[in-house]
Formats: sequence, C-alpha cells, structure tokens
Amino acid sequence: MKAVSRPWYAASLEWVDARFPLTKMWDEHLAKYYAPKNFNFWYYFGSLALLVLVIQIGTGIWLTMNYKPDAERAFESVEYIMRDVEWGWFIRYMHSTGASAFFVVIYLHMFRGMIYGSYKTPRELIWLIGMLIYLTLMGEAFFGYLLPWGQMSFWGAKVIVSLFGAIPVIGEWLSTLVRGDFGISDVTLNRFFALHVVAMPLILCALVVVHILALHEVGSNNPDGVEIKKKKGPDGVPLDGIPFHPYYTVKDIVGVAGFFIVYFGIIFFAPEVGGYFIEHNNFIPADPFKTPSHIAPVWYFTPYYSVLRATTSEFMWVVAIGTVLLVLLYWKEFKGAWRLVVPIAALALVGGYFTIDAKFWGVVLMGLSVLIFCALPWLDRSQVKSIRYRGPLTRIALAVFVVSFLVLGYLGTKTPTVALTRAAQVCTVLYFAYFLLMPIYSRIDTTKPVPERVTH
Amino acid sequence: MSDEVDKDRRRFLTVTASAVGGAGAVAAAVPFVAYLEPSARTKAIGGPVEADISKLQPGEKMIAKWRGKPIWILRRTEEMIQSVKGLDGRVVDPNSDSSEQPPYAKNELRSRKPEYLVVEGLCTHLGCSPNLILAGAPDAPEADWKGGFLCPCHGSKFDLAARVFTGMPAPTNLPVPRHEYITDTRLRIGADEENPA
Repeated sequence: MKAVSRPWYAASLEWVDARFPLTKMWDEHLAKYYAPKNFNFWYYFGSLALLVLVIQIGTGIWLTMNYKPDAERAFESVEYIMRDVEWGWFIRYMHSTGASAFFVVIYLHMFRGMIYGSYKTPRELIWLIGMLIYLTLMGEAFFGYLLPWGQMSFWGAKVIVSLFGAIPVIGEWLSTLVRGDFGISDVTLNRFFALHVVAMPLILCALVVVHILALHEVGSNNPDGVEIKKKKGPDGVPLDGIPFHPYYTVKDIVGVAGFFIVYFGIIFFAPEVGGYFIEHNNFIPADPFKTPSHIAPVWYFTPYYSVLRATTSEFMWVVAIGTVLLVLLYWKEFKGAWRLVVPIAALALVGGYFTIDAKFWGVVLMGLSVLIFCALPWLDRSQVKSIRYRGPLTRIALAVFVVSFLVLGYLGTKTPTVALTRAAQVCTVLYFAYFLLMPIYSRIDTTKPVPERVTH
Repeated sequence: MSDEVDKDRRRFLTVTASAVGGAGAVAAAVPFVAYLEPSARTKAIGGPVEADISKLQPGEKMIAKWRGKPIWILRRTEEMIQSVKGLDGRVVDPNSDSSEQPPYAKNELRSRKPEYLVVEGLCTHLGCSPNLILAGAPDAPEADWKGGFLCPCHGSKFDLAARVFTGMPAPTNLPVPRHEYITDTRLRIGADEENPA
C-alpha cells in the first residue's frame, strides 16, 4: 500500500483531529467565527482584558516564587523582590500596573456594552456572566491588595472586612470567619494568599471561557446594534460578517501595541501613578496600632466606597423619599397581589432605614451600586440597541451617569468634608437615578430608524 | 425480566439518591466552613492579657494589645472627668444603651473606676484607630474642644468617655472590653469575675 503524499504537518493535524476537535475549535472560535465588520475602537477592550489576564497569571506565578505569605516576612519579601531579585521590580510592577490596567480595560469594556446595548436580547447571559467576572475580579484585587502587607493593605482590608460586621445578627461571626482571627492577622494574610493565587484565578478563567462560549453562541453585537445573522449569504455566512481570524486578530494586535505603549510607559516611568496605582502608605509595613491619617481604597473601588460614605443617617431621608417616589412612579406596573405586597415591603424598608444603623444601609447601597449593572438588560425598555439610534434622553442620562461615576471615584480618594460628602450624596442619587429611571426614559425617548445592514 | 422501564422505580431511586447525596454534600461542607473559624492556637493567643498601669500619669494614655486590637487605657484627670459630664446633650448615646460594654461600664464615664477609661481603640464606623486630642491642642477639630478622640478616616469625634458625638459616621460609642483590676496597678483585659477566661 502506497501512502498518499502529504506534508508531515497535514498528516499530524489529521491524526490529532481524529482524536481531539482541534481544527473544529479553531474554526468555530477563530477562522469561521463571523464577527460584524464594523467593530470600532471600543471593541479592543475585550481582547485586551484577556491579554491582561494572561499577564497577571504569568507575572503572578513568577512573583509567587519569591513571595512569603507570612505577616513577619511578607513586606520584606516584596522589598526583596523589588531590590535583590533579578528583574524582580519589573515583574512586580507589571503585576501592580496590570491590576489597575485590568480595571481600566474592564470599565471601558462595560461602557462599550452600555453605549451599544450589548446587554440586550439575546445577550443578557453574556452580560450577567461578565458581571460575575467583574465581581470575581474585585475579589481577586481585594485579596491581592493585602499581600504586600503595607499600611494600606492592612487598613484597607480591615475597613472592608468590618463591613460584614454591619450585617445584623450574623455580621460579627461572618467577619471573624473571613479573617479567621479576631483581627486582620497572619491567619488572614495566609488565607487571602490562597484565595488570590488559587481560588479566584481558577474561577476567573472558568468564567472567561463561559463568557466567550456564550458570546460565540449568539454572535457579537456591533456599534449599529444590528443583528448580522438576519442577513446571510447563500453560503450561510452573515453578509456583514468577517472571520475573526485573520481580520480581528490583526486589528487586535494594533490594540495590543497601543495598550503596551501606555502600560509599559507607566511601568518604566511612573509605576505608582502618583499614589493611585500603588498608594504611598503601602511603602510602610502594616502596623495594627497606627491608622494612616487617610485611608482610601485603590482607585477602581473608590466610586462604590464613596456611595458607602455618602450614606449617613441624614441621607436615609433621601433614600426613604426615593423609595416612596419609585413605588408611586411604577405603581401602574404592579398588578393584583403586588399592589399589596409592594407598599408593605416599601413601608417595612422605610421603617428599616430609621431603625437599623445607616452604616448597614451604606453597605447595602454600596453592594447595590455594583450589582445594579446586572439589571440593565431588564431596565432598558428601548426598541433600539445602539446609542447611535437613540434620542437625547438616553444620551443625557448616560452622560450624567458617567460624570457621577467619575466624580464619585474622585471623591472616594479624598478625605471627606461636609461639602464633599454633599457632592457624593448628589452623585449617589444621580447614579441610582440612571438605572432606576431607565425603564421610563428608555421607553419614551425618541429613536431613529435602524438600518437593515451595518454601516461602515 | 421485563424490557419495560419501571419509571416509578427510576424516579424513586433518582430522588432518594439525590437526597442522600445532597445530605452528604451538606455534611461535607461542615469541615470546610469550620476550618475557616479561628483555630485553637488563634483562640489561645486571643486569651486575656495583663497590663501594668503603675507608671501611667494623670492625663496619659497607654495602649495594650489584645486580640490584635489596641486597647486604650486613659488615666483621666479631674478636669477630664468634668468635661465628660457636661456633654450628655451632645452625644448620641449618653447612657450607652446601644453600645457595647460589660454592665459595670454602662455608666456616664463608661468605666469601672472613674479615673481609668479602658476601651477598644477602634472606631465603630469602619475600624480605624482614632487619635487622642487634648483640650487646647493645635489640631483640635472644633473651637472650644474639651478633649476627646478624633478618627482620621471619616472624622468621627468621641468625648473622653469614648462616647460618639451626634452627626458622626460612627453609630455607637467605642466598645469597652471585659476587664478587671487584679491590683490597683495591674489590669487584666479580656476577662472579669464573671468570665475568668
């Protein structure tokens, strides 16, 4: 028998394909995954998020080789990496800058979803899985921030873990369970290390796979918010679709180059970014007996931290009025038994606002301000996905939201004064109004006709 | 043997197997959760500590360490004690009804002996450690400051009995830990007659 003459690699691929769906997967997710041809600048951030994840895992593994998760030695081992380990400073700055870069990229990625309505049917699950990724990332960042065992690591963790203590009845038990001790200690450091290097990254990677699988099942949205699968050519390929590889792999490489210019610029020239990426107080070893004069979380948590601080006992009046207004505003939506349940629940809530500490409600509002993004697919009642074809109300609301998010973020880095707290309270109201009034303004807003096919 | 599938039998087996398996999974969660609780050693380290207060001068504060928390021992002067008495109207919880302390410290001065204030030096807001600022200090947070504690994080102010002023982020007075005087100059923190740890 004479073998058919084929190059050795084709034969090898065939051998593999008979045993593992390699070519099939390559085609499904790259070579024959048809993405809309009109992706713009905003579509860089998904692939960049994946890149940063890979960077964090790589540099993280390298750092672990020299880091000691021990309260006595952690701070010193980080200094050792910075000073004595060959290129240690570089790997460590890649990791610390990577943490902030991760959030920059994720926030821009989420913003893209918000302007082009990428969370709307049929992509609700992609959005929800994305939110899970975001929450896991917040956990990952929080656990990781304790590891250098500086003053900010210690006091930041202390403040955040004590938030659990605000939960009535089980709060104290829960915060002791998280710490494994009566205060933040070596025990806490050791378990945060385990969560940061094993548990969270595993969950993160699994969720990213699920996120991409869900995306490739329904197909990507695009800046026009047009479903390209509705117009297919005779070969079954969407007329406005182009294969992800090579078209978008090449485009994304341009994005990577742009990202690297900024990312390595920071690493080489300003790795602390004026105390925003690495806070000044974290160059002082953790001291449980001396609170730094100013405690603020890293920038990516500050919008939510501002919401927490804005919730004073006075502010509960605003929350109470807001609750009542919402019930009145949406009264028409409640039918049957809900007309009884909703007012009773609202009254019970308002009662709770003034009987349980404002501290507890601050924690609740902070949690809600993160989780409320999950509700976007159901809050948005517009017939149109993309902002390109929506009216002025949606645009103004989005602009107000972005400004209040940024102002809250800025205020969260500052020591609160009466005036700044007022500003944070105003922004908190605007922040929630963006979401809670969306069912109204997204419905009544004017729309422009959406084209049949994508524009270029 | 019949070729027919016995659906009832299959359903019964599925339900019972799921129930028994589920119970096993819940039982298996117990050790994993319990593992997270403070260990025997952590609890032992968290046992009572003793503090020598013989060298503490009137108006001075010392810090003892208990369970990783700073425990302040403030020896108050007569003037400081008087300053507390005039402030009942300005504090949230003058009688410490909703604050945390053993019964013997549930009084205006929040202490076993009026002279000594023993409190956990951690703000009841978010756990930062406030600073002692005496009357007339240059960094006094308000005009006519009678002396007290100021939290650097979110600005909560407390009087010299660690009672929080109204309108502050902190909801309650600073907690008083269990403590007892072994002698006049030796204090045991974390235990008392009722709870000899």
